[in-house]
Amino acid sequence: MSQTWVTPGGVHPPENKHQSLTQSIGVLPLPEKLVVPLNQHIGAPAIPCVEVGQKVLKGEVIAKAAGTVSIPMHAPSSGVVSAIEHRPIAHASGMLAPCIEITTDGEDRWIAHEGVDDYEHLAPRKLLEIIANAGISGMGGAGFPSAVKLNPGRQRPILTLIVNATECEPYITADDSAIRERAAEIVEGIKILSAILDHPDNIFIGIEDNKPEAIEALAPHVEGTGISVVSFPTKYPSGGEKQLIYILTGKEIPSGKLPADLGMVCINIGTTYAIKRAVVNGEPLISRVTTVTGDAVGVQRNYETLIGTPVSHLLAHSAFDEKACSRVIMGGPMMGFTLPSADVPIVKTTNCILAPSYAEIPDDEPAQPCIRCGMCAEACPVSLLPQQLFWYSQAQDHERLEAHNLFDCIECGACSYVCPSNIPLVQYYRASKSEIRKARAEKVKSDHARERFEFHKLRMEQAEREKEEKRTARREAALQASAAPSNPSSSVPSSSAADIIAAAQARAAAKQATPEQQQAQLERTIAAAEQRLIVAEQKLAEAIEKGSANQSVLSAAVENTRQKLEQAKAKLAELTA
Amino acid sequence: MIELIAQNPILAALIALVGLAIIFGALLGFAAEKFKVEGNPIVEQIDELLPQTQCGQCGFPGCRPYAESIANGDAINKCPPGGQATINAIASLLDVPAPELDEEHGQESPVRTVAYIREDECIGCTKCIQACPVDAILGAAKLMHTVIADECTGCDLCVEPCPVDCIDMLPVAETLTDWSWSIPKKPGQLIATDTRGELSHAHTQGGGA
Repeated sequence: MSQTWVTPGGVHPPENKHQSLTQSIGVLPLPEKLVVPLNQHIGAPAIPCVEVGQKVLKGEVIAKAAGTVSIPMHAPSSGVVSAIEHRPIAHASGMLAPCIEITTDGEDRWIAHEGVDDYEHLAPRKLLEIIANAGISGMGGAGFPSAVKLNPGRQRPILTLIVNATECEPYITADDSAIRERAAEIVEGIKILSAILDHPDNIFIGIEDNKPEAIEALAPHVEGTGISVVSFPTKYPSGGEKQLIYILTGKEIPSGKLPADLGMVCINIGTTYAIKRAVVNGEPLISRVTTVTGDAVGVQRNYETLIGTPVSHLLAHSAFDEKACSRVIMGGPMMGFTLPSADVPIVKTTNCILAPSYAEIPDDEPAQPCIRCGMCAEACPVSLLPQQLFWYSQAQDHERLEAHNLFDCIECGACSYVCPSNIPLVQYYRASKSEIRKARAEKVKSDHARERFEFHKLRMEQAEREKEEKRTARREAALQASAAPSNPSSSVPSSSAADIIAAAQARAAAKQATPEQQQAQLERTIAAAEQRLIVAEQKLAEAIEKGSANQSVLSAAVENTRQKLEQAKAKLAELTA
Repeated sequence: MIELIAQNPILAALIALVGLAIIFGALLGFAAEKFKVEGNPIVEQIDELLPQTQCGQCGFPGCRPYAESIANGDAINKCPPGGQATINAIASLLDVPAPELDEEHGQESPVRTVAYIREDECIGCTKCIQACPVDAILGAAKLMHTVIADECTGCDLCVEPCPVDCIDMLPVAETLTDWSWSIPKKPGQLIATDTRGELSHAHTQGGGA
């Protein structure tokens, strides 16, 4: 037995694990409808690749991974895709999220699948690909895509592999029962992980000493494999990643760092089973072990549950007494959250459905003022100062919250568990965390907006400057153009309009090259003038007859036309002479 | 000379002090020139705190001019998009009491909004494009325009110039990723006999404990 270390703080809530361990892992009848949410993990939601009405087989891909930090989704059973729409999901907000609904056909027919036997000889990259394609994300809590976690890069070699079988939350026995019944497969899964991580020096299975049967079940399988099963005293929350690493290695993961930075990887034991099934059996992650427990259900046990099974289906087959139930909780009593309705589906991270009676978990007592007793600080497993954080949360003093390392809080709930004033401390921390995150996002956005505004201003100024430049250029060009004719080429300044007309006439005359053309032109002019003269004279005669006022104007026009006619005739005579 | 100084300790002290004063004075003078801070850092800091919507509700053409004006002693409560949070932040930066938001310049909106163009009605006049301070509207003359929602600061400067009133300011819907827990009621405000409804509502949110 290797040495273990003791984490600070922690609490010892009643374990309540024996109730659900009286029977082996059961299998539920196939639900009529399965609802698979597209975002069951940390990262981008999967993208549906099926259409409504399409027939799917068990294990068929129904949604593809969107990028690296994402996982695909598979049909948990055979049937027809009956809807792709927003549905209520297991989230504390009670909001809707995109889901794929499959109406099962009862046949439960598998798609053709095949595993690999000699994973030892497969390249780690190939194994990671299998794990990624099987849609495996961490099944302990957060749901981080496993293939990403197992691939920390060459600059961070993994020397220690830690398998988390702690299951420190009260009531939950999903991992415990899985180890009891599937120890061989779990150990095989760990061997696959060891192959992927290039055989780390140390492989630990961390398990609390309240699971002697599980420890016993693992013992024969780990013999001679180099895997050591390390048990340690039961205390909540020993199952937190950073807590477990400290318990097993005595090393603290610095704030803001990952275990991989210290050459460690921590994987939930349920995930190792899923990895074994994916690699050796070729089965994607479409079901998991879920504990159904609490005094409001008649049958408390573990079920191998298909992902997408409605919680109500699970409860209906467990002799659920709705009237006796104070609330339905997904997860454990410490970190779980109350479900907005029992119609939400089981997802890849759902390890427990807890339906307690009013006696087990009564309604929240109203919070009393903080009396500064300091019990929360004693209970905190991360050695924070919960009461200070509480005051700063109330004041929304983000700067001080960050200075007091709010973001190292693992939201385990130990502080609110011990609080004699029943203050929902964790809710304050969660709210403050998201407020700080929001403020950070807004800061990024406003910086971006400032950049764009400044660029916009610059652009406008530049456009204005260019316009101004063009305007001045045009003005200068106009000035030069008006100055040009006065240059030496013509000595006489063409100031008067008459001169300009004369010059134009001269140019026109010059253009007419031959005398024949000029003659023809003049003849046309004479003919036109004669015509005009006749018309003008007629008009004048009419005007005189009627005694109109514009006689003088008309007579002047007649005179004018006659003069022009004579001029043209004279010119013609000149030309023909 | 040296003898005279040695004889008179007062003189020695005086010379030493004056000498030191000259040396340090020169050093400080040099440092002041060498490490001179360009621009007005307080304006930068105030500008950092303003929300950068560039909406002009404060009466200045953009956030930076208002920041400059605050640095010159203008009131700090003229920014409705920033709201009380911004006023408090500027107040603590300048070490002055934080006043309430000046209602004359507008009211603080509880939800963030972005502009949305009803595209069927848009006539493509480009007036909104010219009004947008952050170039978040896309389109060309006589062609439909649209708002790049991610770039929109919600300043609503584009609403007024639209000749066909086809721009709406829509609240940004909350999604699963930006949903957050709310700060619980102050402890000690409720006693057990108070509204039971409120309690049962509270524990649908407070799974923790």
